[in-house]
Amino acid sequence: MNRKHGDIMMLETPFHSRVAALNEINEWDGWAGYTTPTAYFDVELEYFAVRSTTGVFDLSPMNKYRITGPDAQAYLDRVMTRNISKISVGRVGYSVWCNDAGQVLDDGTIFRLGESDYRLCSYARAMDWLSWCAMGFDVHIDDESDGVAALAVQGPTSCSCLKAMGLNAIEELKPFGLTHFDFEGEDLMVSRTGFTGDLGYELWIAPHKAEALWDKLFAAGKPYMIKPIGSSALNLARIETGFLQAGVDFVSAQDAVRPGRSRSPFELGLGWLVDMNKPVFNGKKALQREQKEGSRYRFVILDVEGNKPAHNSFIFKGKKQVGTVTSAAWCPTAKSNVAFAQLEMPHGQVGDELVAEIYYERELQWTRVLAPCKVIDSAVFNPERRRMTPAPAF
Amino acid sequence: MTKYDAVLVGGGHNGLVCAAYLAKAGKNVLVLEANETLGGAAATREFAPGYKVSSCAHWLTHLSPQVSKDLSLERHGLALAATDLNSIGLAADGQHVTVSGDSVAGDTVSAADKQAYTEFHRKTMKFSGLLAKAFAVRPPKLVESNFTDRLNLIKLGLGMKMMGREDMSELMRLALINMYDVMEENFDNEALKALLSFDGVLGAHMGPRSPNTVFGYLYRRVGDVHGYRGPAQVKGGMGAVGIALAEAARSVGVEIRTATPVAKINLRDGRAVGVTLATGDVIEAPLIVSNADPVTTFEKLVGYRNVETGLVRRVSQIRMRSGVAKLHLALDGLPQFCGLDESQLGQRLVIAPTMDYIESAFNHAKYGESSLAPALDISIPTIADHTLAPAGKHVLSAIVQFAPYDLNGGWDAHREHFTRQVIDAISPYAPDISQRIVASELLTPVDLEREFHMKGGHWHHGEISLDQVMMMRPFPGATQYGTAVGGLYLCGAGSHPGGSVMGLAGRNAAQEIIKRGADA
Repeated sequence: MNRKHGDIMMLETPFHSRVAALNEINEWDGWAGYTTPTAYFDVELEYFAVRSTTGVFDLSPMNKYRITGPDAQAYLDRVMTRNISKISVGRVGYSVWCNDAGQVLDDGTIFRLGESDYRLCSYARAMDWLSWCAMGFDVHIDDESDGVAALAVQGPTSCSCLKAMGLNAIEELKPFGLTHFDFEGEDLMVSRTGFTGDLGYELWIAPHKAEALWDKLFAAGKPYMIKPIGSSALNLARIETGFLQAGVDFVSAQDAVRPGRSRSPFELGLGWLVDMNKPVFNGKKALQREQKEGSRYRFVILDVEGNKPAHNSFIFKGKKQVGTVTSAAWCPTAKSNVAFAQLEMPHGQVGDELVAEIYYERELQWTRVLAPCKVIDSAVFNPERRRMTPAPAF
Repeated sequence: MTKYDAVLVGGGHNGLVCAAYLAKAGKNVLVLEANETLGGAAATREFAPGYKVSSCAHWLTHLSPQVSKDLSLERHGLALAATDLNSIGLAADGQHVTVSGDSVAGDTVSAADKQAYTEFHRKTMKFSGLLAKAFAVRPPKLVESNFTDRLNLIKLGLGMKMMGREDMSELMRLALINMYDVMEENFDNEALKALLSFDGVLGAHMGPRSPNTVFGYLYRRVGDVHGYRGPAQVKGGMGAVGIALAEAARSVGVEIRTATPVAKINLRDGRAVGVTLATGDVIEAPLIVSNADPVTTFEKLVGYRNVETGLVRRVSQIRMRSGVAKLHLALDGLPQFCGLDESQLGQRLVIAPTMDYIESAFNHAKYGESSLAPALDISIPTIADHTLAPAGKHVLSAIVQFAPYDLNGGWDAHREHFTRQVIDAISPYAPDISQRIVASELLTPVDLEREFHMKGGHWHHGEISLDQVMMMRPFPGATQYGTAVGGLYLCGAGSHPGGSVMGLAGRNAAQEIIKRGADA
């Protein structure tokens, strides 16, 4: 990229010209070195696009690693806590990965593109760790973060938008499935994945076709009320559907400098991603010990009384402080006030009644609320359309 | 089929020592050795018809008297052909410098230097005495330390305190600096400085100006604490150490199979459960003790992919590229060394006239080249032991520094040229050496690696430097002989306290295993 004096330091995604043109309120933030919008026109309206029609999110800055070679599967099985052999070709899986101490380094999605061909999408830069992990394996790891442009197309009418764009039979794609289309002579990969908990897809294409893809998608989606969305609306949607955000709901063990600040998969409620039947994976020994000796923390979803989001709240059991909130939002569709919290064991069993100490400000006046809250067993938003195949047409 | 309590992978000296101690404690032990002979780098071999030589280590300088006594090595045939040998720093004009225990002699050495050396030796012996104590027990862990570890740490700290305030602060100062500076501080005589500093870099990828070389020197002097006032020569070559150890081990019931290479250490649910031989046969045992170096153990035998990444990362970062080659010459008669009589030829002869000579030799190694003028530690074992060559004939064995493991362009193309260069380095001191040679053999680090299954050809199974000793040896997480793989122990020179045919790594490992009992 040619850069000249006066240019901003941040990189621009392949969709930047389109994103910038639609960013009416000029709200920007940095993500992995790229400038990306936090909102285009109004966070709530963008959020409602995702829940009622279709919202489009530019996720090009996502870190992407292509892992190929005869040992690709064995390699990923050693890196990841989950069983990789269960992800068939044309499927996508969510996983976390740990260091030897069983502490989570990151979470991400694994796309199986071929027999020995995977793409790993991660929150943080991972080349260093992935390369260390490669010792002893016949694999090739390629950082294709800047080589693939990506859009998340999410919401009830997303399938209709894609059909209107000419992606035939896209409604037959199952959740966590992926398929390929020809787009003006380039490969367009579409996966039925996303970070909103709704019916939705992610589109992956070579950067030079990004703008053409955006234009065609928005033209086709116009009757289906397609809107661009920024990271704030996405954040609201992911809290509503119970998705953890790396760097927010947990600190990567790679970044944590203070002892005890990192978390194990069990402590993040992700024990279902840990397959102890695998002969070896990073963190296995430590996690076996944790299973035996007990975890230090428990991840919980809290249903908080009232409508004040419990941002950064302390959580109390009686007079004792037992944890803190990592993410919180008033969730408009579910109409509930949700908080993710890290509680000290043994607190946080489903049904536990706790108190969130909430501070909020109105016109420079701060108010403190002690809001009763309750541990709930699952996320508050989980619509049927998310799982239906063929995908319903709205 | 016999049920074994423990299988030792490798019948090197530490492996045999470990096996013998385990067997003495009542365990049923099997030793599997890839080579035909036992003893590992303590080996003798015929490199030309009728000419035999110690093919890796050629002096006995460190063997633990405790090990020797516990295993009755003398009764099992270990005999010394010569003991308390002098180290002679050769000068082309015959003005040699001779170090003999705590004294130094030579026409060029001033009275002040002689006195300074005696004082220097007193001080280093004090430091090395402390080291020797720490070498005889498992290294204490600094974190999660238990009672034994705390006690060992206290002993070490107390030992330092007991040296007195001046000596303690001197040790703290010296341990981290380099031989060059320490020599400059203490002595005037160039040859003496070079002779002593060579002891600090022996076997290491370091020059006199490298940090850690003072520690290397103190490490060397632990041998003096073990009773070696100077190098000793084993009757029949160093291979006799392996034979005696094997006898000792067999006498307490150890079963030993030679020419039986292990292809793989087998794991089940993260625990070592046996080995697969090169033949494909599987031998199961609840304890696998590896005498192989840590890299060979994990990279080749366990397989990096079968353990977790953090462990692989640590193992792969161990510095273990050797800078040492061995040259063996078969001689049809005794060469003339200027200024030395025949009795002196059996001593340890060192070619390293100045510290800059050694440093220059090392400079090449840093950049993947062999030294133009290498520094040499020479033994002519046939002076004291006639069994090694036909009557009237001799062999010369030289430790050659430096010869980097990863030589630019590889060793095959360079072998003959370098052999010539080493002989040329000897010629100024022994002008007739070339005419005496009937056969020669150069063992490069690559050859030593292949011959003795030591990664990088490193005879200490990993550099001896402060970041790789005590609780850092072989790497944090495996410092007390046990590893992250349940049931898998390390007992070789890669573990505390290190190499030099000392036997303590093997003994300490065995004691740890015995101590852990059913938890091992």
